[in-house]
Amino acid sequence: MGMSNFLQQLANGISLGSLYALLAIGYTMVYGILRLINFAHGDIFMVGTYIAFYSMTSFLLPWWLSFLIAMILTCIFGIIVEKAAYKPLRNSPRISVMISAIGASFLIENLAIVLFGGRPKAFPIPDMFNKVVKIGNVSIVSVNFYIPIITGILLLILLYVVNNTKTGMAMRAVSKDYEAARLMGIDVNKIVSFTFGIGSVLAAMGGIMWGLKFPNLVPLMGLMPGLKCFIAAVVGGIGDIRGAVLGGFILGLGEIMIVAFLPSLTGYRDAFAFILLIVILLLKPAGLMGKNLTEKV
Amino acid sequence: MLKIKDLNVHYGGIHALRGINIDVPKNKIVTLIGANGAGKSTTLRTIMGLVRGSKGKINYNDTDITNKETKEIVEMGAVLVPEGRRVFANLTVEENLTLGAYIRKDKSEIKKDMELVYKLFPRLAERKWQKAGTMSGGEQQMLAVGRALMTKPKLLMMDEPSLGLAPLIVKDIFEIIKEIHRQGVTILLIEQNAKAALEIADYGYVLETGSIVLEGEGNELLNNDEVQKAYLGETK
Ligand SMILES: Nc1ncnc2c1ncn2[C@@H]1O[C@H](COP(=O)(O)OP(=O)(O)OP(=O)(O)O)[C@@H](O)[C@H]1O
Ligand SMILES: [Mg+2]
Repeated sequence: MGMSNFLQQLANGISLGSLYALLAIGYTMVYGILRLINFAHGDIFMVGTYIAFYSMTSFLLPWWLSFLIAMILTCIFGIIVEKAAYKPLRNSPRISVMISAIGASFLIENLAIVLFGGRPKAFPIPDMFNKVVKIGNVSIVSVNFYIPIITGILLLILLYVVNNTKTGMAMRAVSKDYEAARLMGIDVNKIVSFTFGIGSVLAAMGGIMWGLKFPNLVPLMGLMPGLKCFIAAVVGGIGDIRGAVLGGFILGLGEIMIVAFLPSLTGYRDAFAFILLIVILLLKPAGLMGKNLTEKV
Repeated sequence: MLKIKDLNVHYGGIHALRGINIDVPKNKIVTLIGANGAGKSTTLRTIMGLVRGSKGKINYNDTDITNKETKEIVEMGAVLVPEGRRVFANLTVEENLTLGAYIRKDKSEIKKDMELVYKLFPRLAERKWQKAGTMSGGEQQMLAVGRALMTKPKLLMMDEPSLGLAPLIVKDIFEIIKEIHRQGVTILLIEQNAKAALEIADYGYVLETGSIVLEGEGNELLNNDEVQKAYLGETK
């Protein structure tokens, strides 16, 4: 493989890794707060993409406004999912909440099939994201530059919120000790909603950029990325934001490199995530960045 | 200030509190002593709205708080230092204190109160940036008390603040409780260390398997035969 091909694939891997990272953060944040795997997260990602699609195609809004609307509506949607499917089970056994999560996921997927139709839709790509940039003899589609940049900006904002604001502090406190947080007058429900809101905004942005890169929308489009990003979160050490980012990039880059270096294994690119998961669970069950999590009682 | 009337608490089939009556007058130190499993923690947790009673009433400053949310109760000026410290291990000392002031908006006052806490516990001032989880048990207890003080409480409840601490630090903690009390905070204290608690208390209650079996002024209980036998390990 030539250098130019390698660089092209690298750019591909970085942008795919960015998308995985954005989605993985949602899993890890919700897990951190509620010790819950939000199986509906991949579907929230799908809903965000469809909202952007319809704003652009049915409402003919400019792309940037459509993206903004998609982020806002998806944020609200994520919060509603939590209030409807998880909040009533706050004091129930973990298995009930997990079943509810799976149910929520099926419900959203099937509603999407009814509402949006099962036939694939082509995500409209604004020109600025679709330019071919030539550097020497390497040609890279411009969206591959925008994705890591936008992801980087979102990450910086997120880390600032989590580390430097009072709400972020409260999030970390709730994730450590739910009851002690309540004793400080922290409204745990509000913090949980906030967490779902953030996770959903990132999922929406991830979905939109996914659409820009792979402009083929189907109601089940969240399934595979959702599963992989959950794996990314586990690989990085679930509960840890930096871990989710790391896991996302390892997954994205790894997948693309398989395609690039071992073309005969291209058909197995989806298997990479699962093999990685097995290896990590065997070698470092708490994940790369994870400390040994104690079970929350 | 705090009046508990005929409070009953059930955990599934366990009848943990069987109609207790407790009165905490303003500006007093009241203590609740009793053996393991008597229901002391349950009492405080019910006051704070973490556990719901099945019967009975809790009044705080003439407001019925029996069914109020924990957040509202904290906003009314009652705070609990929970059993086992429960500081936020993944947060720094300063962040723990900042969260203590979560419900408050008065930025400059918060800053002043933080300085006061650091004055009360110089150890914490030295360790502002340390993660709470890496501190010693005694330091964590100081932080738990400091964090509670940051809510600017009128009623401070403490669940076994001396548990697991060396005798010298226990003495410090009791000195600090007295100091906080001098500053006008009403105190409801749970202690295994019945002697030390009764010595500083104006009034005490003895709890046994969910019922109050004895009550009286601190010294009175201290000299009571039954209390001495059961809790002070002395025989006459
Ligand atoms: N969450 C719970 N579920 C079921 N039973 C509980 C629960 N919490 C407490 N209990 C029971 O209620 C009773 C009173 O417990 P509580 O924690 O109030 O005792 P305590 O007086 O604080 O004891 P200790 O001195 O050991 O802290 C005990 O029998 C305990 O087993
Ligand atoms: Mg107790």
